[in-house]
Amino acid sequence: MTTPYILAQIVNGIILGSMYALVAIGFSMIYGIVRLINFAHGDILAIGAFASLAGVAIFSLPFPLAILAVLAVGAAIGVFIERIAFRPMRGAPQVTGFIASLAVAIIIENLGILTVSAQPRTFRVPHYLNDLVNIGMQSIRVIDIAIVILAVCLMAFLALFVRFSKIGIAMRATAENYDVARLMGINIDRMIMTAFAVGSGLAATAGLMWGSKYGQISPLMGLVPGLKAFVAAVIGGVGSITGAMLGGYVLGLAEVLFVGLLPSEYSGYRNAFVFGALILILLLMPNGLLGRNLEERA
Amino acid sequence: MDQRASYRAFILVSLLGAGFVFLGTQSLDDYGRSIIEFVGINIILAVSLNITNGLVGLFSLGHPAFMAIGGYTSAILLIPANRKALLLPDLPHWLASQEWTFLPALIAGGGAAVLAALIIGFPVLRLRGHYLAVATLGFIFIVQSLAVNLSGITRGALGLSGLPALTTLWWVYGWLLFTLVVCWRLKHSSLGRTMLAIRENELAASCLGVKVTHTRIFAFALGAFFAGVSGGLWAHLVTLISPSSFTFLLAFQLVVMIVVGGSGSIIGTMLAAAILTIATEMLRPVEESLDLFGASQILTALCVLLVLIFRPRGLFGTAEPDLLRWSGLLFGRHWTRSGSKNRRKEVS
Repeated sequence: MTTPYILAQIVNGIILGSMYALVAIGFSMIYGIVRLINFAHGDILAIGAFASLAGVAIFSLPFPLAILAVLAVGAAIGVFIERIAFRPMRGAPQVTGFIASLAVAIIIENLGILTVSAQPRTFRVPHYLNDLVNIGMQSIRVIDIAIVILAVCLMAFLALFVRFSKIGIAMRATAENYDVARLMGINIDRMIMTAFAVGSGLAATAGLMWGSKYGQISPLMGLVPGLKAFVAAVIGGVGSITGAMLGGYVLGLAEVLFVGLLPSEYSGYRNAFVFGALILILLLMPNGLLGRNLEERA
Repeated sequence: MDQRASYRAFILVSLLGAGFVFLGTQSLDDYGRSIIEFVGINIILAVSLNITNGLVGLFSLGHPAFMAIGGYTSAILLIPANRKALLLPDLPHWLASQEWTFLPALIAGGGAAVLAALIIGFPVLRLRGHYLAVATLGFIFIVQSLAVNLSGITRGALGLSGLPALTTLWWVYGWLLFTLVVCWRLKHSSLGRTMLAIRENELAASCLGVKVTHTRIFAFALGAFFAGVSGGLWAHLVTLISPSSFTFLLAFQLVVMIVVGGSGSIIGTMLAAAILTIATEMLRPVEESLDLFGASQILTALCVLLVLIFRPRGLFGTAEPDLLRWSGLLFGRHWTRSGSKNRRKEVS
């Protein structure tokens, strides 16, 4: 096991972590405000991937512009789902929302199968993104660098937005204390909508990245990455946006290193490793790395 | 109603059921029989999942994982030794020489599922609400990847095929009856009330001396036992078991049955399971002819959303409907209606 090999694994872990982080942010934001684990969040990833495919192939958008389009589509879908599925059952027990999100996930996946078929499709990126760049001892594809840079930019922008903008402050207040925030005249519905819009937009962008990194997309592609991003959100502490970013990178690195550094006969246990980690973390540190004790989980 | 009348009622209902089963074996073709068998298995699954999800209020999605464990266990025990040598040459010797009959193998499958439930239950059942749901969902993926990778025992992604088709209507009916009796007795016993107490207010229950963790693990393990047995029934009905046999989709369908039927209501869950299974089966040819694969799942999911929005307690809540009252067939005292009044409170 040589140093370049390990370095390459670390680079892969960071790329995977960037995507997990983007999806995990949505989980955390939505949970922070409505206390809902949105199981359908992973499927936004698939929608994002197909939206970008459609944008590039049908409307022949230039790739950078496709990113904006995907953000917008993701946000719109997030808001739509919130409006029709989750708003009517606000105030119901938490599990109700979770079951509803399962139902939404099933609907999205099957609509996907109905419209674009379950057959995986190839996802091509413009050739200039496939070139190799040499950095130190590593040669890395341009797209991989672009993924990491885009993810970091989006996250930095989000952090500033949540920290300083008026809506961001209102969102934090809502997450802190729903009822008091409402008494202070914050429009809760708008805050929830914003959380869904931002979270889903980021998840859709992660879908675009997933497609361009692995070159294949299908309507069911979002299920497992979505669940793993949830694990990332738990690692970081559900409800904390910085925690979700951190958790994404921790999980991405841990997963890739697990597969890369252990003998290859263990690599099939990749998913078992991630979900085993979830169970362990929920037990040992239920508030994650950066989360606060919002309520009893264990 | 006194004890004797309830026994009489039970015997009457089970004889009636046996009559229908006899009619079914005589008049139905293979396809029709297999549908009824699936209905029975799904009822066993949904009713037993309802112990954890409905009575104790633990939201578990782990049933498919227990089915897989039970299914593989019973399949491995049942495959004749000479065939096992061909299919699974790497099996340890003591396991390779086993040739069990159906009933002990099914029970062993249930036992294996209970064992798994105990191992996973001690850590996981400390979690609540949707955290438990996600953890048990993770458990499905863990079991799945074990089934794919432990190819010495499970033959990996290929799965075990050509299993003997041992599951008949009578087997399903017998286990269904057993499940119903156990669940009904449980719900109307003091233990069942303890479970409801935990569901309604855990703190108050534990203050009154209820052993919360014990009761939860018991309920979880009991549900797992029936899931394991149904896994065995399922495998020997389909004559194939593979890592993709039992997925999260199945967990969702079971949850749908409970949500629609009313969490905690045995008869409600039974009805919902039967209707959903038959409806899915009826829609399948329509789906195929119109080339609309997945449409029935969309419909089911939409139904669930509507039920959650407009009738969040399901059709019957925790109560058992009066369907059987007309002939005084109720098994025990009539279940109090208090369950439907005390809406499940949860601080959000």
